[in-house]
Amino acid sequence: MLKNRIIPCLDVKNGRVVKGINFVDLQDAGDPVEQAKIYSDGGADEICFLDITASNENRDTIYEVVKETSKKCFVPLTVGGGVRNVEDINKLLNCGADKVSINTAAVQDANVVVESSKKFGSQCIVIAIDAKKNGDKWDVYTHGGRNNSGLDALEFAKKMEDSGAGELLVTSMDRDGTQIGYDINLMKKISKKVNIPLIASGGVGNLDHMVEGIREGNANAVLAASIFHYGTHSVIEAKEYLNSKGIPVRI
Amino acid sequence: MKLSIVDYKSGNISSVINSFKEVAKDKVNIEVTSDIKKIGSSDKVVLPGQGSFKSCIEALNNITGLVDELNEFVINKKKPLLGICVGLQMFADVGYEETETKGLGWISGKVSKIDNQNGKYKLPHIGWNEINIVKDSKIFKSIENNSHMYFVHSYEFIPSDNKVISATIDYSTKIVCSVEKENIFGTQFHPEKSDKTGLKLVNNFINL
Repeated sequence: MLKNRIIPCLDVKNGRVVKGINFVDLQDAGDPVEQAKIYSDGGADEICFLDITASNENRDTIYEVVKETSKKCFVPLTVGGGVRNVEDINKLLNCGADKVSINTAAVQDANVVVESSKKFGSQCIVIAIDAKKNGDKWDVYTHGGRNNSGLDALEFAKKMEDSGAGELLVTSMDRDGTQIGYDINLMKKISKKVNIPLIASGGVGNLDHMVEGIREGNANAVLAASIFHYGTHSVIEAKEYLNSKGIPVRI
Repeated sequence: MKLSIVDYKSGNISSVINSFKEVAKDKVNIEVTSDIKKIGSSDKVVLPGQGSFKSCIEALNNITGLVDELNEFVINKKKPLLGICVGLQMFADVGYEETETKGLGWISGKVSKIDNQNGKYKLPHIGWNEINIVKDSKIFKSIENNSHMYFVHSYEFIPSDNKVISATIDYSTKIVCSVEKENIFGTQFHPEKSDKTGLKLVNNFINL
C-alpha cells in the first residue's frame, strides 16, 4: 500500500535556514545540510528546500547546499524557489535534487513545464501553487506571494497537469504561518480536479491538522515547516500519531 | 572490484552516484562513465534511467556501441547488472511510453502504463510503498518483507514469465517492483532514495 508522506520544509536564504511567517519576518536558525540530515535520520519521507529570496538575490548558495545535502540524505530532495527556466532545473538536478518545484516561471510560461517534463521526466517536476482566497475561488500568486496573477487556482492546477507536472505543492497563503490548519476546501477541490499527487502546505499547527489534510483534503502528502523546525513535534511523533488515526505512513 | 554506473545522459543520476559512493566508501572503485571500454571491463554495472522509456532507449542508442557492449556484458559474460527504474524497464522487449519502442529484450515482457482505474489511483505512483518479496533474491539479503521503498513512475514492467519476479507492490493492481534473472537484477523503486533499506540493497549488489 502506498503511504502518505510527511515532508518537512526548510526555508533557505543565502544558504542558511530561516522560517518565514506569512512570507516575511525572518529568523535565522541554522545550517540546512545538518537540518536536512536530522530530518532524514528522523524518518522524513522527503525533504523540501525552499530558496525564499532566490528571485531577487544571488542564488548560487543553494547549489552548494543541495550538493552537500544530497551526499548525506538518501531520501528524495525537492528544491524550489526562483527556478526560472530549464537550465535552472538542470543545474539543481545535477547538484543532486530529485525534484524541482516551479512557481512563478510556470505561471508566466507553461512551456517551461512542458519542456522540462519532457527533458527530465514528469517525476521531477513539481508545480508550487500559492493560492489565496478571493470570494468563492482562489487566485494564484507569484513572486513569493507578492503578485496576484489573477489565474484561478483550480484551472491552473489542471493546466499544469496537462503540461506535464508530476505533482502539485499547494500552499494556502491565507493559512501559511497561522498554524490554524490547512485550507481543506482548497486541497479537496484541487485534488478532485487533477489525477496527479497533491502535497498540502500552509497552516499546520498541530498533528490533527495533518490528519485533516490527508483525510478530508485528500492530500497524498503533507508539508510542514514550523511545527518541526521549532521542535513542537518530531517527524516520527507525527507519523506515530497519523498511524494511530489509521492513516498509512512509513514507520 | 570495479563497478560502473552507466552515464548515458538520460536524467539525473547524481543520487545514484551519491548512494553508491556512500556505501562503497573506498572499498570499491566506482566509475561513472559512458566509455564502453570501461563498462566492458567492469565487474558490475548499474544502469539507471529517468524520463520516458523511449527517451532512455534513444539515449542508449546515441552512444555508439553501448548497447552491444551491455549485451555482451549481460548475455555473454553473464556479469551482474542492476537496472533502476527505467533502467529496469528497458530489460523488456517493448515499451509503450510515448510510442511503441523496442527494449533491450533481456527479460521477455512489456512496459505499459499503470491502470489507474479511471482516475481512482493517482499517477505517477509517487512515494513509499511496501514491497512483497516473493522470491529469495540476493539483493534482498537482510531486507525484511514489507520494507518500504521509494517509487516514482507511471509505467510498469510486465514480464512474460512470472519466475523472474522477486517483489511486487500493491497499488491499483499488483505491480512488479523487482526482478532477478540469473545475473540480471532490476528495481522499479529507487534504492538510492529509499533511506537505510535502500542503501542495504545497494550494499547487497556491491557485495554480490
